Amino acid sequence: MNFKLIFNIAIHLLKARLKQTIVAAVGVTFGIAMFIALVSFMNGLNDLLDGLMLNRTAHVRLYNEIKPTLKQSIELSEKYKNSTNFISSIKPKDRGKAIYNSQAIINYLKQDNRIIDVAPKINVPVFFNSGTIEISGVINGIDVLPEEKLFKISDYVIEGKVADLIQNNSIIIGKGLADKMLLAVGDMIKVTSAKGNLASLKIVGISQFGIAEYDNTMSYTSLATAQKLLGESTNYVTDIQVKLFDITTAPSVAVEFQNKFEIDAIDYQTANSQFETGSTVRSIISYAVGVVLLIVAGFGIYNILNMMIFEKMDSIAILKATGFSGNDVKWIFVLLALIIGLVGGVFGLIFGFVFSSIIDVIPFETASLPTIKTYPINFNPLFYVIGIVFALLTTIIAGLFPALKASKIDPVEIIRGK
Amino acid sequence: MSKVLETKGLTKYFYDPVKFQVLKGIDMTINHGEFVSIVGKSGCGKSTLLYLLSTMDTDYEGQLFINEELITGKSDKELAAIRNEKIGFVFQFHYLLSEYNVLKNVMLPGMKLGKLSNSEIEHNAMEHLKTLDMQEQALKMPNQLSGGQKQRVAIARALINNPLIIMGDEPTGNLDKKNSDLVFDIFKKLTLQEKQTLLIVTHDNDFAARTNRIITMEDGNII
Ligand SMILES: Nc1ncnc2c1ncn2[C@@H]1O[C@H](COP(=O)(O)OP(=O)(O)OP(=O)(O)O)[C@@H](O)[C@H]1O
Ligand SMILES: [Mg+2]
Repeated sequence: MNFKLIFNIAIHLLKARLKQTIVAAVGVTFGIAMFIALVSFMNGLNDLLDGLMLNRTAHVRLYNEIKPTLKQSIELSEKYKNSTNFISSIKPKDRGKAIYNSQAIINYLKQDNRIIDVAPKINVPVFFNSGTIEISGVINGIDVLPEEKLFKISDYVIEGKVADLIQNNSIIIGKGLADKMLLAVGDMIKVTSAKGNLASLKIVGISQFGIAEYDNTMSYTSLATAQKLLGESTNYVTDIQVKLFDITTAPSVAVEFQNKFEIDAIDYQTANSQFETGSTVRSIISYAVGVVLLIVAGFGIYNILNMMIFEKMDSIAILKATGFSGNDVKWIFVLLALIIGLVGGVFGLIFGFVFSSIIDVIPFETASLPTIKTYPINFNPLFYVIGIVFALLTTIIAGLFPALKASKIDPVEIIRGK
Repeated sequence: MSKVLETKGLTKYFYDPVKFQVLKGIDMTINHGEFVSIVGKSGCGKSTLLYLLSTMDTDYEGQLFINEELITGKSDKELAAIRNEKIGFVFQFHYLLSEYNVLKNVMLPGMKLGKLSNSEIEHNAMEHLKTLDMQEQALKMPNQLSGGQKQRVAIARALINNPLIIMGDEPTGNLDKKNSDLVFDIFKKLTLQEKQTLLIVTHDNDFAARTNRIITMEDGNII
């Protein structure tokens, strides 16, 4: 098959119907551009929300869970090994929330080269007292330096400095709590622990995460202050937070640590599975809309090619009479569709990029997302590859039926018809 | 003398609206260098026969040989190649591609054949247009030509691949006496100078009388 000649004929047919072909190509352009803009924006949004969670959540968290012992004593007995044992009324065993030998574990983990860093934490449920009112909340006792390194909490501290937590008896409280209790930096706040210990802490900062539940209850203090508040020793730690270089290994690493340290470990993916679902749904919606737009564009191409075949019956008959086979004619029309798809698609990519860039600079300022200034866009080249592949695929499919029809045209029928 | 075209028991039916036998076992032979005309009453099956001979219509019984090779039963692709290389067809109506100019219309079957370079094909096309006195119109579009001029372009196109045989279905049917004489002279010159084989269907008795051999058809038979 003489490809150059076939291409030449396709171009000539196209020129004869320039207006309609442009309309068909614009349909593809529109579909692809919307697809690119939509997918980039949706994924930008996903990344932003993922980032919100990811920045605040450990990849692997080690802790002690209150739960029944997995291996009940009877199972250890040789005598009843092969029998089916029914045990009723099992109660969970309180191993305490403290991680046994925490310092050794932390030191061990710091040597592991898969790990970025380790941050110990103490979770202290407390009541904040304001006059006669008690507001329940949580104080996170943190090791300031690794915590800042892993979770960048300074991003969310809107007043004061994180470093001031290193002073004894200081606290950073959430904005929701501060507003409720009319507190500002420099004020003192009274705190009661679950065991009844009372302490007076100095507010050195106010944080805002943009999630009301966090901002109403979460506050930060140093590990030492939290330990003192609980009346515990200096090894008392309830959580060890780990960040990995490769987040995808989190589930396997969690299992490994769980076995090695005989402790509970939860990975990021498990902890945030409902969150992943939201991201997936958003992706599916954007792809679905893109595909629908392309199908509409595909119908446009189908129409123009069908019309062209109807108008060019005579030309097709002459081509066949002078020695072009049905296959050649089919390729002429597939090529026509491909040209429309390629030109429309490339322009679609360009416009998609332009639209995305425009969205990327539109200001988007909200109190709840202090680090975000404009609408988020993900400029992933993969979307552009998918876009052009989609464009070519739909146009080829749309062009194939008319092309097959054209290849089956019987020249005798047309010549006799004159 | 080699046989350019031969048929054995060529039979054709039409089924719509009723079964109807158009061709009733046609046996004929065209030898190399012959200028043959087919005449007969309107509706006797001349065009139908020509479509079979030109390989465009494959729905028939019997056998067709071109250059002593059996053509019946070949694939669409092989038939297209045979039409391209071995047969030049001139229709009653000009049938030029409106998207291309005169020169390109003539060149296209040559480009499809792909045996010569484009510049050689262009040169040959110009030569053919010159012998047909059409060289001045080479760059015009088909819709800028008169009927006789279009017919001459169609003849040039039929000649471009030096076909074994040129077939024409009333190629002068649309032309006045002067133009039809011109086309006849061109055909005559081709047989005399190039030993070109020609098979022309015509209603024009003058035209037929001046050819080497007349095949007369009646009701789907040769008489
Ligand atoms: N597609 C068709 N379906 C049914 N019958 C047809 C068809 N085409 C032609 N016929 C019939 O076949 C017969 C032969 O037709 P054909 O066109 O070969 O005649 P012809 O000899 O070329 O006539 P003319 O000199 O008028 O061109 C006619 O009776 C015609 O009615
Ligand atoms: Mg006829």
